[in-house]
Amino acid sequence: MDPPLISFTNICDFAMELRLENIGHYYGDMEVLQGIDLDIPAGKIVCVVGPSGCGKSTLLRLVGGLEKPTSGRVVQMGQAPSASINPLTYVFQDFALLPWRTVEGNISLVLEDHGIKGADMEAVISDVLARTKLSDFRKALPKQLSGGMKQRVAIARALAVKPAVMLMDEPLSALDSQTRELLMDDLVDLWTREPFTAVYVTHNLGEAVRIGHSIVVLSRRPGRICEVVEINKPLEQRQLGDADLEQQQKHLWNLMRDEAKAADMELMDA
Amino acid sequence: MLDSASKDDQRTVEFRGGGFAPQSKRWVGFVVFIVLISGIELGTRTGFITSLMLPRPSDVLATFVELWKSGLLWKHLIPSLSRLAVGAVIGASAGIGVGILIGLFSLARASLIPIVAAIFPIPKIALLPLFVIWFGIDEASKYALIAFGTFTPTVVAAYGAVDNVDRTLIRMGQSFSLSWFSIVTKIVLPGAMPGILSGLRVSFAIAIILLVAAEMLGAEYGIGAYILEAGSLYDLERLFVGVTILSILGVGVSAVIGLIENRLLKWRI
Repeated sequence: MDPPLISFTNICDFAMELRLENIGHYYGDMEVLQGIDLDIPAGKIVCVVGPSGCGKSTLLRLVGGLEKPTSGRVVQMGQAPSASINPLTYVFQDFALLPWRTVEGNISLVLEDHGIKGADMEAVISDVLARTKLSDFRKALPKQLSGGMKQRVAIARALAVKPAVMLMDEPLSALDSQTRELLMDDLVDLWTREPFTAVYVTHNLGEAVRIGHSIVVLSRRPGRICEVVEINKPLEQRQLGDADLEQQQKHLWNLMRDEAKAADMELMDA
Repeated sequence: MLDSASKDDQRTVEFRGGGFAPQSKRWVGFVVFIVLISGIELGTRTGFITSLMLPRPSDVLATFVELWKSGLLWKHLIPSLSRLAVGAVIGASAGIGVGILIGLFSLARASLIPIVAAIFPIPKIALLPLFVIWFGIDEASKYALIAFGTFTPTVVAAYGAVDNVDRTLIRMGQSFSLSWFSIVTKIVLPGAMPGILSGLRVSFAIAIILLVAAEMLGAEYGIGAYILEAGSLYDLERLFVGVTILSILGVGVSAVIGLIENRLLKWRI
């Protein structure tokens, strides 16, 4: 696999985009999201940040069809590439690995149902395990793996179905800060080698400025879009502690601070 | 200041953690049994315990050996084991099936939970005459009694186990567009397995109790018949042989489930 070929196939993959049209959502009487309009361009990572309880995870569940929006709709524009088995694929905060299946079993789980078996399945599993540096852990059970390894398995599983859009729900939040840093590098690496489209929900602004091409700031509940910050610096050139990224992060924090404070108070009232 | 004080007055910080982590030590169980039985043996031999209060353990053993040599042991044990196996397997399978239905479908849940709650507290032995009328005096009524008694606790354990399956795993399955059938067989059932197996421990103990009850009410051979006969003659040695066999049966069933758990639930932490 030489790089030019990969980038060529990926240009084709980029046919599919997502558009959120006036999304609003209620849990019972409580309005959690209000009037969200957002484009998710192909080949870019869109980060969603906001104070706790602002409905960022709900928004992600709406995007992938795990929940129905009370109003508005999520539009898929263009066809998902034919190779894509599961166009909208999640990576969950708590990994969601089946503890009774080995690493390879957890990946084969999502292929079995789509009629991929035998040598094809074998090839896909080897490929995604190599890409996530897990080849030596094929037969391990989740209980034997560290948190970082578990999330790698979950990412490998997501890659196995060749998603058109990755929906990542705080994928690094359950990990300690060092593991998070390592995995962040791996994610950037994965994207630079083979750009993918992603919606990346996080409460960690540092993560957002490292991996986001654009960062959507939500207000506290009911979540509305406060601002969309674009960061033009290429992902692979971003480093931990870059002055311009720090600047962006500070800007985001300024946008969010009062909202976060209010959200915190709101919880205490409840 | 601190230096001078700490030089004269030093002590090790006392350990106050630990405990609250019981571990099973195999040999302790055997030692307790041996001490208890040899105590009774000693008591009966010295006359501290009269033979009317408790039979001498060595006599019980002798009676057991006699039973074995005469071939009657197998004559009693085999029908009992087959009744237990047939009844418990029918009851447990039906229980697991219904429990899973309750765990998966709202309609099954709404309609069956009240029924299960209503039949759970009925002493199944009280229904034996009914089963005799329905299924005849032969084996079928015994199977039915054991199956019915095993069924209710299994249902409760099974639907509880399905309820406890991690919902995030099910959402994960849906997010990868797995079929409903795959989600049930690959996520719900394996996830419910620990709860179902621990429920079976209880169900099978109840099955043994009901086995004896069924055999006491009309069986020529079987551990229950053997115990009933010994009891009506106040033959304490034989009574204790029968009771001991039941205990061993219980320990055996529990050990088998333990083995299955070790095999199927290796993935647990």
